[in-house]
Amino acid sequence: MMEAIIAGLGGLVIGFKMLFVNWQSLIMLGVGGVLLWLGIKKDCEPLLLVPIGFGCILVNIPMSDVMLKDGFIRTIYDAGIDTELFPLLIFIGIGAMTDFGPVLAQPYTFLLGAAGQFGIFLTLMLALFLGFPKLDAVSIGIIGACDGPTAIYVTSKYAPHLLGAVAVAAYSYMSLVPVIQPPIMKALTTEKEKKTVMKFTAKPVSKTTKLLFPLVITIVGGCIAPKGLPLLATIMLGNLMKESGVVARLAGAAENEIANVVTLFLGLCIGATMAGPAFIRAETLIILGLGFLAICLDTVCGVLFGKLLYIITGGKINPLIGSAGISAFPMAARVVAKVGMQYNKKNYLLMHAMGANAGGQIGSVIAAAVMLSVLAGMGVIR
Amino acid sequence: MEMDNFTFGVTMLVAGMGGTLVTLGLLSLMMMALGKLFPYKEEGGKEG
Repeated sequence: MMEAIIAGLGGLVIGFKMLFVNWQSLIMLGVGGVLLWLGIKKDCEPLLLVPIGFGCILVNIPMSDVMLKDGFIRTIYDAGIDTELFPLLIFIGIGAMTDFGPVLAQPYTFLLGAAGQFGIFLTLMLALFLGFPKLDAVSIGIIGACDGPTAIYVTSKYAPHLLGAVAVAAYSYMSLVPVIQPPIMKALTTEKEKKTVMKFTAKPVSKTTKLLFPLVITIVGGCIAPKGLPLLATIMLGNLMKESGVVARLAGAAENEIANVVTLFLGLCIGATMAGPAFIRAETLIILGLGFLAICLDTVCGVLFGKLLYIITGGKINPLIGSAGISAFPMAARVVAKVGMQYNKKNYLLMHAMGANAGGQIGSVIAAAVMLSVLAGMGVIR
Repeated sequence: MEMDNFTFGVTMLVAGMGGTLVTLGLLSLMMMALGKLFPYKEEGGKEG
């Protein structure tokens, strides 16, 4: 009987023994802790980093079965990530909470939203140069969309083994936009350009235009890039619900209850893809490095495009607003306003930057949709 | 379609980024047209 008791008690310590055998899992427990610390103490994307950090810890506990067949996170993963459902549900919420009024008031800012997507394609080329397979390079490049759901949608579909690294890079760098962008913006613009005052004459947009906007984007964008239609359609459905004003309950649910539940599940699933042996590889570090580069390149190209507009318009457009042409909404616009104020206290760039930022949000989705359709056109994907 | 990584990368840059710019440029023009067709009017219910 004594032997049975000792064997039974042995079952209680085997997890601790395994912890020291599998060193990668031990490190990842620490990484999970750091993600939780960043979310809770540093307020870096806490809605995502808290569940991601916890999921990371769960999957790295020795003999954890959460991601094995019928494990509880595996079940959620199969239902929402494998099917690409979660990022799309998040997009309905994003559409319902975003006011595209600033970009509709100044449609030229759509172009700034396009320039901010250069990082995707330049990083893709760099990843190919470093030897990543084609679809892996596409998933790495998409970090440059600065758009978590888009990155997750594309990666879960075409390079699911990179999902953890790509998602963590996308969300971490998005939260670091206020740190990453200002030095690049300051370095690429002259003193005179930074001080350029842009007058904002609030140009209201009619309700009809606001209602037609999501329909036009869905139909025209869908015809040009049908492979990305789910991305475009969901964000525009959310926006149509918001602007119509007749389905306030649905819009409210999309931006609150649905978005909250899906964010929790999404975060847990992403964290659970960060199992030590699969995550601790040189490849992961390279992906994190390339992701950082992607966001820097977005900023560089955005500001350079802003400089081009500055020249074309005879100095009427402050090139700083070009850096807001990314999807990190409204953080990138606030960064522009803050940097602009540092050089000219009377320069209120916020509304112009909000236009570029809303353009960047549409731009990142369009860029992903176009990319998928080009890939389909080349026969790389079906 | 078989292609080496360099050709693939350049194709993605040209077609992908070019396609993004053209699409957003087109949408920008369409939004300008919508703004002109349905201008904002002060009085409620009379716009468009």
